[in-house]
Amino acid sequence: MKVRVQTEAFDQGAELSGFAQGRSDLGAVVSFTGIVRDEAGTLDRMEIEHYPGMTEKAIGAIVEEATRRWSLADCLVIHRHGPLRPGDQIMMVATASAHRVAAFEAAEFLMDYLKSRAPFWKKEITKDGSTDWVDAKVNDEDALKRWEE
Amino acid sequence: MIDVMYFAWVRERIGEPRERVETSAATVAELVDELRAREPRYAAAFEDLSALRVALDQELSDFDASLEGVREVAFFPPMTGG
Repeated sequence: MKVRVQTEAFDQGAELSGFAQGRSDLGAVVSFTGIVRDEAGTLDRMEIEHYPGMTEKAIGAIVEEATRRWSLADCLVIHRHGPLRPGDQIMMVATASAHRVAAFEAAEFLMDYLKSRAPFWKKEITKDGSTDWVDAKVNDEDALKRWEE
Repeated sequence: MIDVMYFAWVRERIGEPRERVETSAATVAELVDELRAREPRYAAAFEDLSALRVALDQELSDFDASLEGVREVAFFPPMTGG
């Protein structure tokens, strides 16, 4: 299980080739990569703020909960902070398991919880210089409900 | 003394990321009342508590929670990770 919170870019190909390598008991690896989106073509950059200390603890707790619910051979979470441009990778999650259902479900669980329970905040700065904190969506909170036991 | 931290637009409204606060507040809500009474920038930041979240010693908590033994309180809007 590996958690990294960093400003630097990451190479998702290299991360995935190194992930859960040399294991013969695995049947499935699932990965998700989140990318800075600029649908309107007006975004200059996004600035991601986080709460050092709590971020690592919160992600660690989410990963721990995922490994309690699913049989995971390995799990990787990378989340960036600082200034990011449209098209930049924000974060990635990878899960490895004997079976694909567990790997898919655990990856979705991690994503749903990272969205609403990891202390990151996104600010959008447009090309004309206006700034706006991204609001949490009701959908994001609703997404957690399906995981209630 | 307690460390109080602010993030995202809460930090911007208050104008600083953290401060040491001398308080005898028993709960988070009492601390919020004390801060609100200080200056308009605090009143602006804490205007609508439903738009805010609180963490005590880096664990998500709520406004009714006790501050006993707590060293670090953080206020911030709902998180937008991922």
